[in-house]
Amino acid sequence: MTPTPPPGDPLWRDEFSVYAAEERYVSRRQFAKFLTLTSVGMFVGQVWILAKTWMAPKHTYPAVAIGNVADIPVQGVKLFRYPTEHDTAILVRTDAETFVAYSQKCTHLSCAVFYAPERKRLECPCHEGYFAVDTGRVLQGPPPRPLPRILLRRDGDTILAVGVDTHGEG
Amino acid sequence: MESRPTTKGLTALDAALTMIVVLLVVQMWLLTATLESYLAGHHDVVMPGLGVSTLLMGACLALYGFVRRVDQAVKRARLPNTSHLTGL
Repeated sequence: MTPTPPPGDPLWRDEFSVYAAEERYVSRRQFAKFLTLTSVGMFVGQVWILAKTWMAPKHTYPAVAIGNVADIPVQGVKLFRYPTEHDTAILVRTDAETFVAYSQKCTHLSCAVFYAPERKRLECPCHEGYFAVDTGRVLQGPPPRPLPRILLRRDGDTILAVGVDTHGEG
Repeated sequence: MESRPTTKGLTALDAALTMIVVLLVVQMWLLTATLESYLAGHHDVVMPGLGVSTLLMGACLALYGFVRRVDQAVKRARLPNTSHLTGL
């Protein structure tokens, strides 16, 4: 049965029943729906990060002897591994009584940093990223964060690594 | 003079869509920044990031609801009465 055109509509409407305005509205609504679903997806991503944070095992750092005071001269360094065998670190004796230690992995692309005593800074040779030796903060270059600091404790002549501070700035 | 049926309501829809796009860009930046901080071991930014992301998602949902309402209102007002075609 052929439908009757609505009253008031011209006859051609019946032959070409395409409503451009409606098509445009639907397109916008579908686009808005897609964008809103994308927003929900990113919210789920945030929830996932939170879940990973909650489920991550808490780090426990053992106290590990990393050297003796007498073995390291002033402005000297000693390389060690902490907290695991896969984490290289560098111990620097900046003066007679001060020792600092940092992860040796540059926070840019994980190249090994070395100590430059004449400039009193830790330097990454890959992209010329420089870190202050007293705090680990970034002085120059592409590294986005300070070097993770290894917390030290002195027990007589023995230097112990007792933790890692990833928040930087000492 | 009455506006043409093809454009009525489109301005509101375009404005809402623009707002959604802006909020989405902010939410995308927030997600990447939170992920970067999380991977760097800074876990204290995760909860605030989730709170702001929740607000942004709520705003996007509200704007989408607005788009739907405008769309339906315009269609009701502008489309010809087709109930006779379906027998309703």
